[in-house]
Amino acid sequence: MGEDGESPKINHSFLRDYVTEADVISTVEFNQTGDLLATGDKGGRVVIFQRETEPKGESEELGESGEYNVYSTFQSHEPDFDYLKSLEIEEKINKIRWLPQQNAAHFLLSTNDKTIKLWKVSERDKRPEGYNLKDEEGRIKDISTVTSLRVPVLKPTDLMVEVRPRRIFANGHTYHVNSISVNSDGETYLSADDLRINMWHLDITDRSFNIVDIKPANMEDLTEVITAAEFHPHHCHLFVYSSSKGTLRLCDMRESALCDKHSKIFEEPEDPGNRSFFSEIISSVSDVKFSHSGRYLLTRDYLTVKVWDLNMEKGPVETYQVHEYLRSKLCSLYENDCIFDKFECVWNSTDSVIMTGAYNSFFRMFDRETGRGVTLEAWRESSKPRAVLRTRRVYTGGRRRRGDVGVDSLDFTKKILHMAWHPAENIIAIAATNNLYIFQDRVNAENQ
Amino acid sequence: MINTMECAVDAQSLISISLRKIHNSRTQRGGIKLHKNLLVSYVLRNARQVYMNEKYAEIYRMQQYEEVMTVCNEIQELNPLDLVEDCEEQTGDCCGSANESASLCGALLPVSHQAPAVQHLQPSSACSVPLALQSEEVCKAPEPSFYRSCCAEAYPVSNCDFSPVNNMHCNKTTVLDLDTHVVTTVENGYLHQDCCASLQQCCQGAQSPAKKRKLDFGYYVSEIEEVPDFTPCKRAKFEDSSYASTEPLDTSNISNLISIFGSGFTGLVSRQADLEQALNGQFCSKQALASLGAWTRAIVAF
Repeated sequence: MGEDGESPKINHSFLRDYVTEADVISTVEFNQTGDLLATGDKGGRVVIFQRETEPKGESEELGESGEYNVYSTFQSHEPDFDYLKSLEIEEKINKIRWLPQQNAAHFLLSTNDKTIKLWKVSERDKRPEGYNLKDEEGRIKDISTVTSLRVPVLKPTDLMVEVRPRRIFANGHTYHVNSISVNSDGETYLSADDLRINMWHLDITDRSFNIVDIKPANMEDLTEVITAAEFHPHHCHLFVYSSSKGTLRLCDMRESALCDKHSKIFEEPEDPGNRSFFSEIISSVSDVKFSHSGRYLLTRDYLTVKVWDLNMEKGPVETYQVHEYLRSKLCSLYENDCIFDKFECVWNSTDSVIMTGAYNSFFRMFDRETGRGVTLEAWRESSKPRAVLRTRRVYTGGRRRRGDVGVDSLDFTKKILHMAWHPAENIIAIAATNNLYIFQDRVNAENQ
Repeated sequence: MINTMECAVDAQSLISISLRKIHNSRTQRGGIKLHKNLLVSYVLRNARQVYMNEKYAEIYRMQQYEEVMTVCNEIQELNPLDLVEDCEEQTGDCCGSANESASLCGALLPVSHQAPAVQHLQPSSACSVPLALQSEEVCKAPEPSFYRSCCAEAYPVSNCDFSPVNNMHCNKTTVLDLDTHVVTTVENGYLHQDCCASLQQCCQGAQSPAKKRKLDFGYYVSEIEEVPDFTPCKRAKFEDSSYASTEPLDTSNISNLISIFGSGFTGLVSRQADLEQALNGQFCSKQALASLGAWTRAIVAF
């Protein structure tokens, strides 16, 4: 077990490394095999990590898994300017989604507020040598020096990872893009902004098909916006989108071309006893995810995560309190803007555990079978490499244990908004401001 | 870190905090975030409701009925044009569909008299009835239009709000329209939307939120003289997502900002069209709670 110390009482903020705004991680995503992990940041950069493969025999015996090392880094989006509207367009990467792998190369979609880009990530470990007209540095040879001809051959070389933009899907959105989701058909994907959802074909960049439009004729009538959207993992005609009012709408594209009318609407009636000034804010859904099975939906609002059964529209089947102790602090959180933080939520590979982030570098995991939740911390001072994470607790009354953190001691600048869970194993990637933590469940590794 | 001392949760401070957020968002990098501003406007609306409720409760305690009626009468004489405008619209809506109206009202009445969980239905009947009003009575009488604006101003006074349908007895309430400075008395709640449960009283009340809104808008435009056509410009900007923040922002523009929110985001307050469709009680009671009008005066006051 790690050291048993209490949280440091001295404020070390003046010693903390200065964090450049551009380094703050804004999205994390594993690919379909889990061998690659991509992160996007506010500076528009994408960093791809690759899992090191251990020799087969070793890893299975010892239960050791490879570590993730940097594979490639590239600048995905640059700051842009809309001259017509006199608006700066942030280069922050809002979402990254991997395409299913079809050949040796990997493809991913990355988006900022306005433009989605398809990137091809490929390896090159051979290079041609022996050109007739060019020398080794690529300079054109003087023809008079060429006395014989030879066929260029491919020679092994150091591994080089090339990343090239293959498609740029621009001018599709008037409002800020908040989600992208690749369809199970492997050919299309959707992108959602505050008021509209578009469907694109991966090969066609000059056209997109609008499938949802909730913009009212008169903007003064606006009551809700789209906050997240996702395709069903198996049914290519189904997608879900969440709204700022806390509703989820399941749409079937077979019903009509424009899916303004939902097939199913999932909403939970508001508890009138809990009504406050901020009821609308805390009911806004910040993230929605289909389970791997496709049967359930996971949503996150400010204080809870909820599991919904697609077959039951009248309310969630499970509700987990993430940080209920903040309910009495909503006014302060409103003042410092923390109440607008958008937390993500994720399923594990078997849909038995759900995870979401909180403040003070804490993140929470809930076991659906037992209904119990655990709080863990992503903070370098308390977790050395290979050390076991200890569970944390926020003190809300009753017997105070050593190591408990009081609600007023929580650091609200350290928020865990973005995270990802390996598609097959118990490996999680947690983004804490500018740091990426990768945790692994060693105990169960051999059971995967 | 959150201070151990809670921030003031009173409505006034929330309103000013919210307005400051909206003001700051115009200069943020990346353009105005629609989602965040929408949420802030909800907080603004909620704080406004509470503020108005407190204000009206205070006025009710302080105002004398007789003094106020004289003021009311004086003001009525000053605004003949507004009456004509409203009457014309009312005529269009109501006169033409007299038969339907009657049946609609009639159909709703029995519904509204069911006990007990009909607390939801009660406001629903009240809400939909005004749309189906017989018009002539309403149009010709000068007072109802002012009652309308006054009553629509009225935050559902507690004594009327949750009383069961069968109990028609609401106390007499004096309501001050902060915008027009018209005061009216709500007797037995019949002039108030939430308490309207019978056709007759509703006809007298002549509730029509959309009309009221129009009335208020007229007041905004005439009274905010510095930028008479500011609101139309702003509306165009709202429709365009860009919200280019080119003009310098100073305190005088805050009042313009406030006037925008008087007429803007009125979708937070339900629309007449929605009223016609949504006859469920929950929706209408929300609408009644949200149906406040001229808060320009209230905000600028502090």
